[in-house]
Amino acid sequence: MKILVPLKRTADPDNANKIKIGAGGAKIETTGLEPKANPFDEYAVEASLRLIENGQTKARNAGDKLTVVSFGPKEAATNIRQALAMGGDDGLLFLSDDESLDGDLVARALAKVVEQQKPDLVVLGKQAVDGDSNQVGQILAELLQWPSATFAMSMELSADKKTVIVGREVDGGVIKLKLTLPAVISVDLRIVAPKSVANHVTPATFAYPEGARFTPLPMIIKAKAKPIVEAPLASLGVDASLKSKYLSFALPPARKGGVKVKDVAELVQKLRTEAKVL
Amino acid sequence: MSKILVVAEVSAGKLKKTTHSAISFARLAGMPFDVLVVGHGVGAAAEELRAYGAGSVKVADDARFANYVGEVFAPTVSEAAKGYSVVVVTASSFGKDLAPRVAARLGAGFASDIAGVEASGGALTYKRPMYAGNAIATMQVTTATQVVSARQSEFEAAAPSGGASSIEKVAAVDAPLAGRVEFVSFDEVKSARPELAEAKVVVSGGRSLKSAEGFKTVLEPLVDVLGAAMGASRAAVDAGYVPNDLQVGQTGKVVAPKLYIAVGISGAIQHIAGMKNSKVIVAINKDPEAPIFQLADYGLVADLYKAVPELTDAVKKIRAEG
Ligand SMILES: Cc1cc2nc3c(=O)[nH]c(=O)nc-3n(C[C@H](O)[C@H](O)[C@H](O)COP(=O)(O)OP(=O)(O)OC[C@H]3O[C@@H](n4cnc5c(N)ncnc54)[C@H](O)[C@@H]3O)c2cc1C
Ligand SMILES: Cc1cc2nc3c(=O)[nH]c(=O)nc-3n(C[C@H](O)[C@H](O)[C@H](O)COP(=O)(O)OP(=O)(O)OC[C@H]3O[C@@H](n4cnc5c(N)ncnc54)[C@H](O)[C@@H]3O)c2cc1C
Repeated sequence: MKILVPLKRTADPDNANKIKIGAGGAKIETTGLEPKANPFDEYAVEASLRLIENGQTKARNAGDKLTVVSFGPKEAATNIRQALAMGGDDGLLFLSDDESLDGDLVARALAKVVEQQKPDLVVLGKQAVDGDSNQVGQILAELLQWPSATFAMSMELSADKKTVIVGREVDGGVIKLKLTLPAVISVDLRIVAPKSVANHVTPATFAYPEGARFTPLPMIIKAKAKPIVEAPLASLGVDASLKSKYLSFALPPARKGGVKVKDVAELVQKLRTEAKVL
Repeated sequence: MSKILVVAEVSAGKLKKTTHSAISFARLAGMPFDVLVVGHGVGAAAEELRAYGAGSVKVADDARFANYVGEVFAPTVSEAAKGYSVVVVTASSFGKDLAPRVAARLGAGFASDIAGVEASGGALTYKRPMYAGNAIATMQVTTATQVVSARQSEFEAAAPSGGASSIEKVAAVDAPLAGRVEFVSFDEVKSARPELAEAKVVVSGGRSLKSAEGFKTVLEPLVDVLGAAMGASRAAVDAGYVPNDLQVGQTGKVVAPKLYIAVGISGAIQHIAGMKNSKVIVAINKDPEAPIFQLADYGLVADLYKAVPELTDAVKKIRAEG
């Protein structure tokens, strides 16, 4: 089975409150924030590995392959390399930047990559934590005319690898959909819970550690030899025009800090007489 | 003629409150609008929607729409959207899934999870929170047809405006992908409490509640005496203390109630993104340095296991006094 994971390089999401607005509102400045892989994409890599390996022995079929693709600056190769250290096989980097992309263009470019790579599955994050759009997976599925499931919190691959049952985290519960491959799946946080992925190879009794896997040094060294092909975005032959236009950026209105109350009695009194919410 | 199509959300035939935020978007955008209802057995929902000032209420009522499957809904919605300049749906899990699909089918640009709309000189300009709400972008969609999803917490539910819009039947359009995606089940979490996104008061608990039992015995009495919705941090959800759909935050639900009480929640960026527009924020945390105190209007440094029962009792007393 071949899996394609799109991965976006984003500014450190845990420090997103340190971004600045530059050039009179024309730019978001992320200087000083460590660039990281979008966490949802890291989860997509983890979940994809769980689909193709035996979790217990970490053995994999020779024919199975995981390719990581990114549209971003040259430096995004570092983030792809990390995904290869987790167990990805190869990487593709198409040079671009956030200002020259929108969700529609990313999806159209991905459709071209799919045409070339012919994966059985595209597994991607439900949202990039910088743009927070939550759109690429859905658009890609429509462009490819592939069945899809967004917000995946569980995946169960059939023994014949022809279908996958996906649990989708939605308002009010969990919807299960059965997709016939090839398909697009966007993953949510809980996809990296210990038993969220089943593939008929990993023993049912086996539980993964919570979260995306750590990459031990030997894997990091091994990943250095794995190929990452870099090319201009234009080499995909996509129309680079955008369907949306960002005019300016601003910081949100600051919320002024309040007061500390000494006990529950004072809290209740303030909520009644000052805030008038009780 | 510029016109908006509002896509309604129904669940088991019943109109969902999210719809009213999308209607509110249409009113703010200042263009005439129609409403589209796609579902099965949605006659009553359509009837209800006639009172909101829409030109018409379009109804696609068909057994194949009994459960939401994006591949099955998108062709019908896209067909009905032809001729409209804007298609809007509220950014619930339904809207987040559907809107980009419709945009793709129409070749339209998409503005996701917007928090504001301004109409000037015939063009619509949107405000979009990015980076967990730490930046607000002002943006436009440049295609003739635009698709928008609107953040429920930023568009107050529209009230009926009287009148009776006409009802128009819309045919279900065949979905070529229907054979390759099969609805298996909906495992619904039933709760008698108000829905998070609609509640006037939200009480959220964190990892510090330590177990499902902790939520039940410590937090729930406060939630219920306040008639509040219950929320949680990701840490509490991941640990399985409460169902997934109670997660508040950047990647969970965004809420903006009159009163938000964060109990034993540290105030990580991702959590704050989901509640910082609440009118009044209360934080109860034993760590005086917890980041949540930086935005709380009222901070109480205390052990929650002592403070929450005390607060519950105090509210009970107030309620008893009437
Ligand atoms: C600082 C900044 C400035 C921007 N300026 C503009 C602008 O001027 N005009 C404009 O139209 N848009 C602009 N954008 C929006 C942005 O460039 C696109 O929306 C974005 O590239 C597509 O990502 P998304 O956030 O919509 O993805 P989502 O739909 O939220 O992401 C879902 C998944 O898609 C995949 N994915 C998304 N992007 C990539 C990528 N680059 N490489 C690989 N996989 C990816 C990932 O798997 C991700 O988990 C800007 C964004 C930022 C952060
Ligand atoms: C991709 C991604 C997306 C995320 N999305 C979200 C999201 O949408 N929503 C979200 O909430 N998080 C999200 N997170 C997680 C977030 O970063 C934090 O890890 C999480 O919010 C922490 O939850 P918490 O505050 O319950 O736990 P902790 O950070 O562990 O805080 C527990 C707090 O409880 C206090 N405490 C402990 N015992 C007591 C006591 N007896 N009395 C009073 N106080 C006590 C402690 O002082 C501490 O401040 C996301 C993370 C990632 C990587």
